[in-house]
Amino acid sequence: MNVAFDLPVIWLFLIGFAITMYVVMDGFSLGVGILFPFVKHDQHRDVMMNSVAPVWDGNQTWMILGGAGLYGAFPLAYAVYLPAMYLPLILMLLALIFRGIAFEFRFKSNRSRPFFDTVFSVGSMVATFAQGVVLGAIIQGVEVVDRQYAGGTFDWFSPFSLFTGVALMLGYGLLGASWLIVKTEGGLQRRFYFLARPFAILLAVAMAVVSLWTPLANSRIFDVWFTMPNMLWLAIMPIMFLALVYSIIKGIIERHEKLIFVKSIALFVLGLIGLIISFFPLLIPPSITVWEAASSSKSQSFLIVGYCVLIPVILAYTFYSYRVFKGKVRVGEGYH
Amino acid sequence: MLGLHAIDLARFQFAFTVSFHIIFPAFSIGLASYLMVLEGLWLKTGKDVYIKLYHFWIRIFAVAFGLGVVSGVVMAYEFGTNWSGFAEKAGDITGVLLTYEVLTAFFLEAGFLGIMLFGQARVSKRLHFFATCMVAIGTLISATWILMSNSWMQTPAGFEMVDGRFEPVSWLEIMFNPSFPYRLLHMVLAAFISVSFVVGGVGGYHLLRDKEDKAARKMFSMAMWMAVVTLPIQIMVGDAHGLNTLEHQPAKLAAMEGYWGPKSGETGVPLTLFALPNMETAQNDYALEIPNLASLYLTHSLHGEIQGLSSFPKDEWPDVPLVFWSFRIMVGLGMAMLGIGVLGLFLRWRKRLYDTRWFHRLTFFTLPIGFIAIVAGWVTTEAGRQPWVIYGLLKTVDAVSPLNAGSVAASLSGFIVVYAIIFGIGIYYMAKLIRKEPMGDVPDGGPGHERHPKRPFSVVEQELDDEEVRS
Repeated sequence: MNVAFDLPVIWLFLIGFAITMYVVMDGFSLGVGILFPFVKHDQHRDVMMNSVAPVWDGNQTWMILGGAGLYGAFPLAYAVYLPAMYLPLILMLLALIFRGIAFEFRFKSNRSRPFFDTVFSVGSMVATFAQGVVLGAIIQGVEVVDRQYAGGTFDWFSPFSLFTGVALMLGYGLLGASWLIVKTEGGLQRRFYFLARPFAILLAVAMAVVSLWTPLANSRIFDVWFTMPNMLWLAIMPIMFLALVYSIIKGIIERHEKLIFVKSIALFVLGLIGLIISFFPLLIPPSITVWEAASSSKSQSFLIVGYCVLIPVILAYTFYSYRVFKGKVRVGEGYH
Repeated sequence: MLGLHAIDLARFQFAFTVSFHIIFPAFSIGLASYLMVLEGLWLKTGKDVYIKLYHFWIRIFAVAFGLGVVSGVVMAYEFGTNWSGFAEKAGDITGVLLTYEVLTAFFLEAGFLGIMLFGQARVSKRLHFFATCMVAIGTLISATWILMSNSWMQTPAGFEMVDGRFEPVSWLEIMFNPSFPYRLLHMVLAAFISVSFVVGGVGGYHLLRDKEDKAARKMFSMAMWMAVVTLPIQIMVGDAHGLNTLEHQPAKLAAMEGYWGPKSGETGVPLTLFALPNMETAQNDYALEIPNLASLYLTHSLHGEIQGLSSFPKDEWPDVPLVFWSFRIMVGLGMAMLGIGVLGLFLRWRKRLYDTRWFHRLTFFTLPIGFIAIVAGWVTTEAGRQPWVIYGLLKTVDAVSPLNAGSVAASLSGFIVVYAIIFGIGIYYMAKLIRKEPMGDVPDGGPGHERHPKRPFSVVEQELDDEEVRS
């Protein structure tokens, strides 16, 4: 098999890229909502929201791009995962709608502002938790018979998926805190340095637990990681993980403003690479591969034209808008 | 769950979310083109009133666009969550078309919407006008992808069946399938007409307030011209679309006409003005008919026959009363809109267009009429193709996700509550914007200023509620 010219594998990476962009970028936007309860002052909350207001919906559109791409390029995965994760996904959509609307209307309201604060924060938390649950349930695998989801309504519900739900809240919380460290200064910034540390430590523990739980619960994944010679070169993953965690915590203590955010993103990317190592070439564990789930080559090749034209344009625009809005956000400034 | 099955709930949920959704894209499509015309006229004539109207309507456009994006996200996921059988079997075709729509919308938001909404102080007039045109064209391209996908489900072409799945053979045949041109034209015109009634209604409202208001007069006049010009075209296009349906989906057309088959001793299809279609007895109760009239417009001969519902197996009938009545609501509202347009033309001829208060009141009360007709039209075409989701090939029963009624009932109630809150706030807010005087100046600050976020709602300065001193 020539991987370099294998259309389904290329598509896996395109969609993987879109999902990674989503997780990292909407991750810190949702993280800001998760941190809301820890910051009481109204003006500080203004600053927090101002730091993501210009970019949050651009961040969220990566999710739509990933979802729609999955529908066109891997309709089987789309048709199996969405009903399998029905309740958490609907909950996520409703929570994201609330979060989005709270964003728009919070700045246009006076008396109802505390209401939109709560909606924003709870919406962010619920959406994150639901995403984490979906992630955990996918790792656990879903039952498929005759190219259809064959499990029950609550198959996604398990101690493991609840754990990944909490873990993702910690993860987005860390992304949010490290983003806010970059975007704020003075006392408010010290607050986020203070908050980032427990989030980082708890996230590291949670990631370690998931990394051990997964292979212990699944012998195929156990074999991927713990047989020679794989074990030797895969050892780089835990080593990088420990190094990153160490340097994030060190960065928080030594106040390395920008690097903490970059390294937190790296930690997420590392986790996603770990998942790909565990599962490739499966797209729907435990049995359906990337090739079996792919749409016909005529569909995939027709669609790839649009993707290849658009992704660079979107990246360029994203880069541009982050540049326009770079720098610190201050009280009483910016967004109205 | 009250004896309802998961499939009924799933259908109701889809109908509910999509009916809510369609209003906002239709609004955006029509309004974007109107904004393009306004800016074009401003550049050409240099008259102040056009740019004032542009600034008035662009704020409302921004909110409608934002709400359309929010409700559209739900649609993109519902195909998988609730219609996984459909997604799995037809995703090779519909998934690709839908993704192209998402890419188009993305391109729009990424590129030109920002310039259109916020760039006026930053780029040249020509470039800004170009951005407005691109947004208007972009909304039309978005509609094109969606209608290609929908039309393909109604009149499938260019595919082959491989292991029970639909695989593409010719993308050109898929995209330009037999009903696509009619549906596209019909829908785009419907969006234009709906917006002309919104603009006319708002114009009428402001004329009631001050009949000398230049901007109100201008928008009212433009809207009345638009209505009287587009409605006759729409009626012709609708007729052609009906003939296309007769050719490709005869059972749907029979339900629209409420026609069960020739009665003994009669030839020709009557136009049924009123009836209660009875699916048990396969006839119309309390029917009020004009004999042979439907033959005339369907077959262009007085005694021409079409297939009645009786010539189809009963399990391939759509819900006849629903299709029959939603069709009549659409046509009836269309005729009412034509009447308003003609009335406007008459008053203009008598030089009474800006002085006739009852007419201004009438246009204000009929402000949402176009959207109601759009929803009725979609109910006609979507309920009319039942029991098929891909006409003649895939039944709705086989398209639904393997979910239990409880899950769908839970999500349905969630959507109803959330939509009521969100769109309630959104529409309340739009109404607040509409009440502003169109000749008023755009406030300073905000749009176009350094570091101002480039997102739809940011263009609007209006507060949602009243000021109160904050602690």
